[in-house]
Amino acid sequence: MSALATWAALVGRDVRLSLRRGGDAGTVVAFFVVVVTLFPLGVGPGAELLARIAPGVLWVAALLAATLSLERVFRSDAEDGSLDLLALLPMPLEAVVLAKVAAHWLTTGVPLVAAAPVLAILLNLPWQGFGVLVLALAMGTLSLSLTGAVGAALTLGVRRGGALLALLVLPLAVPVLIFGVAAVEAAVTGLAAGPHVAILGGILLGTAVLAPWAAAAALRLALE
Amino acid sequence: MSAGLEGRGLACLRGERTVFRGLDLAVPPGGALLLTGPNGAGKSTLLRLIAGLLRPAAGRLLWAGADTAEDPEAFRARLAYVGHQDAVKPAFGVAENLAFWARAGGGGDVGAALAAVGLEGLAAMPASVLSAGQRRRLSLARLALRHRDLWLLDEPAVTLDASSVARLGTLVAGHRARGGAVVVATHGDLSLPDAAALDLGRAA
Repeated sequence: MSALATWAALVGRDVRLSLRRGGDAGTVVAFFVVVVTLFPLGVGPGAELLARIAPGVLWVAALLAATLSLERVFRSDAEDGSLDLLALLPMPLEAVVLAKVAAHWLTTGVPLVAAAPVLAILLNLPWQGFGVLVLALAMGTLSLSLTGAVGAALTLGVRRGGALLALLVLPLAVPVLIFGVAAVEAAVTGLAAGPHVAILGGILLGTAVLAPWAAAAALRLALE
Repeated sequence: MSAGLEGRGLACLRGERTVFRGLDLAVPPGGALLLTGPNGAGKSTLLRLIAGLLRPAAGRLLWAGADTAEDPEAFRARLAYVGHQDAVKPAFGVAENLAFWARAGGGGDVGAALAAVGLEGLAAMPASVLSAGQRRRLSLARLALRHRDLWLLDEPAVTLDASSVARLGTLVAGHRARGGAVVVATHGDLSLPDAAALDLGRAA
């Protein structure tokens, strides 16, 4: 029995649980769509203005939508005792965290990335930006799932820690936001998006190394 | 150096309060240890400590003479823990709930495990329709998936009816006959023949 099979079983379970409960992925995407559609209503339907603000609006709305679902990464398992048993699986707690992050990204990040081009049409984003938008959002949402896991683990002991979790995680998402928006704007204006995407990749690698370790440490405290 | 589980001078602090200290215990293969004591005496705490969910403030925990802190993953692969909570996902089916723990824990016969707790007739039902006692039995079915050297059971008989308690007794007896050790926290609703007893109310 390899630890990898255990890991894959846990990812599969979390994805199926999320899909079975319905709402989860749907709520996140619906939130994303509603927030983005509020902007043309708020700032007016000027095509030029919308194209100008499109990258920022899409990124902010996607990050908010992804944050919305972070709370349940560990909470339901902590409430019904499953987390104790997951911590007792013969694999490191860091691997359990990574499995939960992977499942969270598959059920929220991927639907958000899939919905983004449709909303980009709505905001009149020039077509040159579409490819970079999808790539950068995929990397950015995965970074957010990783840092979000740390926040979710830290707020496990707090009843209804959702708002606190958003306060902890969103400031950490600022670099992702800055370089994500810059990458899309660079692509739209014909500049090189590569350096911005490379920095997003660097952020992703950094969080992939540090976040599981930090989240596992927070979970150990929560389990005591 | 003895086989099985051994604890030496275990102590546990919760905040400023000492739950227990200087606790020694030994459970040989095939042996059983019954933890008794009033509410709050530290029965659940001791079980969580043995499982490795809690770190002891002092003392050592040995398995077959080797400190369990040296290779916690190998020790975790030896034990099965059933806590207060049932860890049953209502969104999954009865068999599906168990199938995950079978896959994650290295295999096991889901059908046989359900039969061991008398839930074979409900395998296809969603777990959300189970009663409290049936959820408990589903949680206990994890024990029957495959052999583990050490069972840690926290009030396993709570909410069980008389025939289910008897079935649990059979399950534990079979486990011990195969050389498995078991530590049970109980208020006396489960009878274990020739089990050692540890009264935490007095030890504290």
